[in-house]
Amino acid sequence: MKLDIIFAGVGGQGIVSIASMLAFAASEKGFAVKQNEVHGMAQRGGSVACHVRISDKSVWAGIIPKGSADFILSIEPMEGLRYAGYLSPSGIIISGNQPVKNIDYPDENRVISAIKKHEGSVVIDTAALADKLKNTKAANIILLGALIKKIGLFGPEMESLIKKRFASKGESVVDINLKAFNAGMSNI
Amino acid sequence: MLLGDEAVAFGAIHAGISAAYAYPGTPATEIQEAVQKYSALHPDAKIKADWSINEKVAYEEALGCSLIGLRSMVSFKHVGLNVAADPFMSSMITGANGGLAVVPCDDPGMHSSQNEQDSRFYAFFAQIPCLEPIDAQEAYDMTREAFDISERFKIPVMVRSVARLSHTRGKVRFSGEQKQNKLKIPENFTGWNVLPSNARAQYDSLLSKQADFIKWSNSHPANRIHIEKGAATGVIATGLGFNYFMEAASSSGGASYSYLRVATYPVPEQKIRELLKNVSTLIVIEEGNPLIERLIWKYIAETGKKIAVKGKLSGDLPSAGELNTESVRVVLGLAALKSSAAVSSDIVRGRPPQLCKGCPHADTFYALNKALAGKTEKVVFSDIGCYTLGFYPPFKAIDSCVCMGASVGMAKAASENGLKYSVAVLGESTFNHSGITPMLEGIKRKSPFTVIILDNSTTAMTGGQDTICIGEDLEKVVLGLGLEKEHLRVVNPIPKNLDENAAAILQELEYEGPSVVIARRECLQIR
Repeated sequence: MKLDIIFAGVGGQGIVSIASMLAFAASEKGFAVKQNEVHGMAQRGGSVACHVRISDKSVWAGIIPKGSADFILSIEPMEGLRYAGYLSPSGIIISGNQPVKNIDYPDENRVISAIKKHEGSVVIDTAALADKLKNTKAANIILLGALIKKIGLFGPEMESLIKKRFASKGESVVDINLKAFNAGMSNI
Repeated sequence: MLLGDEAVAFGAIHAGISAAYAYPGTPATEIQEAVQKYSALHPDAKIKADWSINEKVAYEEALGCSLIGLRSMVSFKHVGLNVAADPFMSSMITGANGGLAVVPCDDPGMHSSQNEQDSRFYAFFAQIPCLEPIDAQEAYDMTREAFDISERFKIPVMVRSVARLSHTRGKVRFSGEQKQNKLKIPENFTGWNVLPSNARAQYDSLLSKQADFIKWSNSHPANRIHIEKGAATGVIATGLGFNYFMEAASSSGGASYSYLRVATYPVPEQKIRELLKNVSTLIVIEEGNPLIERLIWKYIAETGKKIAVKGKLSGDLPSAGELNTESVRVVLGLAALKSSAAVSSDIVRGRPPQLCKGCPHADTFYALNKALAGKTEKVVFSDIGCYTLGFYPPFKAIDSCVCMGASVGMAKAASENGLKYSVAVLGESTFNHSGITPMLEGIKRKSPFTVIILDNSTTAMTGGQDTICIGEDLEKVVLGLGLEKEHLRVVNPIPKNLDENAAAILQELEYEGPSVVIARRECLQIR
């Protein structure tokens, strides 16, 4: 078993946090795991990517080679496209639909249709789902749920991890994140 | 699951450090942050881990601990070692008492830096041992080991990290914790006083240790060698280059290689000779500047054989930027992995980092631009920090950025050599780091320049670490340097003060002597 996943977005969207949840769960299950993060300058509203590599053998490189990614999870649609060259022939993009327009942004419809050109790729209406949950910042957890559904592994582990990680922020925060996770699971 | 940086921190903590010194800088910041977190949770451990004012001071602090017999670590980004180079090079003469590990984190690819310098060259230059981990577990193990060999050889030891190691998480198994050393005043201070007569003897002693370092390196288990029967191609890989090699070789379609990983310096000569015995082509894969590719000719000459060398110097690997599995596949002669067709290159736009919405620096830049509007004979010298982003539109407010604190000396010199409007713009942390000494010079020489200190009360670009001197204390420092009180202006950079602030800056620009404008408003990220 080998899983190479790129988490893409803009600094401040919670990329590192969901990537580390998956990496932690897989490591606890006994898989070899490496997770590369971006710190420093790029975090200031720049494009940010995080690589997670999971294998039942050894993982050598911390970054995923081009042509090897099984999934790109992008909280911001254009950021997912940025790494399309990393996808393996069967790899897919799972993207949210909320653009961050802090630059001269390309035509949104073109972005979405370019994502869908990668066979099997999915654009999830994170805008509507987050709105329903009354939590504008839930997109990352919604997409994590969708990714876990596609992978077909680590579902229960992720739920207990959500409970643990958000426990200090109170029951309502745990609850909203569990709902977001399940919304992602059931909307892909 | 620990970051490479966190693994370094725990390696040092479990090796029994009494203190860690550092100045924040990507990709090294998380080392000191991890020690600080541990120290706060375990006050009984009594580990000092404050931020230092700059890397030179940090190094000297660690060396001071070493002199009294305690273990200490000093960490910073690669260019921090330039700042610390003076005590670093001299400490090879003094040697170490308590274990001293210096951990520079390099940034090949310049993700968050101004250059790609390879710290292994500093270890080579100083003639000290260096360890090069490739994953979090090794970052932990090798940092621990660095303290042991530092005490064994009585010399500071380097652990070299790079961004992709510092910022990659992996599982780490801890080994037992060692107790801190007891304070011990040296019986003989001769070696600690680098008067030429002492230094000559100490340098002889350093030279005589070289053979021991090589012996240690030859037998180090991380220098893994594999001789593939019948393979004519040999590979020497160092640092993360070894990871990319192993990754590429695992899907090589049957091609196989003899290989040696070099993980310790000075290089394990015996193992290099053993590898060379069997090969006619040698591929050298190094993350950073070619070091072994330069050294290798001595060993090739010894074989009396003709061996072709492929690497960065030969142009077979890219000289700039990070290595990756793709570039290593190319030098190994392997086909690229098939990718899903990239259809989107014409849609994707660059998204450079930018100042946060509402950032106080933005307001200062607008005020500065307004003050300088219409002036032609002007240069805005700036510096390292979030405000370097003021180079980009919509601000286009700064002209230069060189190294920590350079803005002050450059602006001072430009002003006294005829530039009418010579301005330095730097953050308060950078001013603390390296701006105070050139400011003192500029004030005493009465140079006609203006320094704008952006006091947001934190070291923001690296994530909001404490600055040692901010606010009113910072005003006192500037006045203490001898600045005339009426030419120290403190402004509040908020949008509605634009005209007022621009007028204050303009008044000081027109003054033909040294002046300082402190633009003080707290960073939004630390509220």
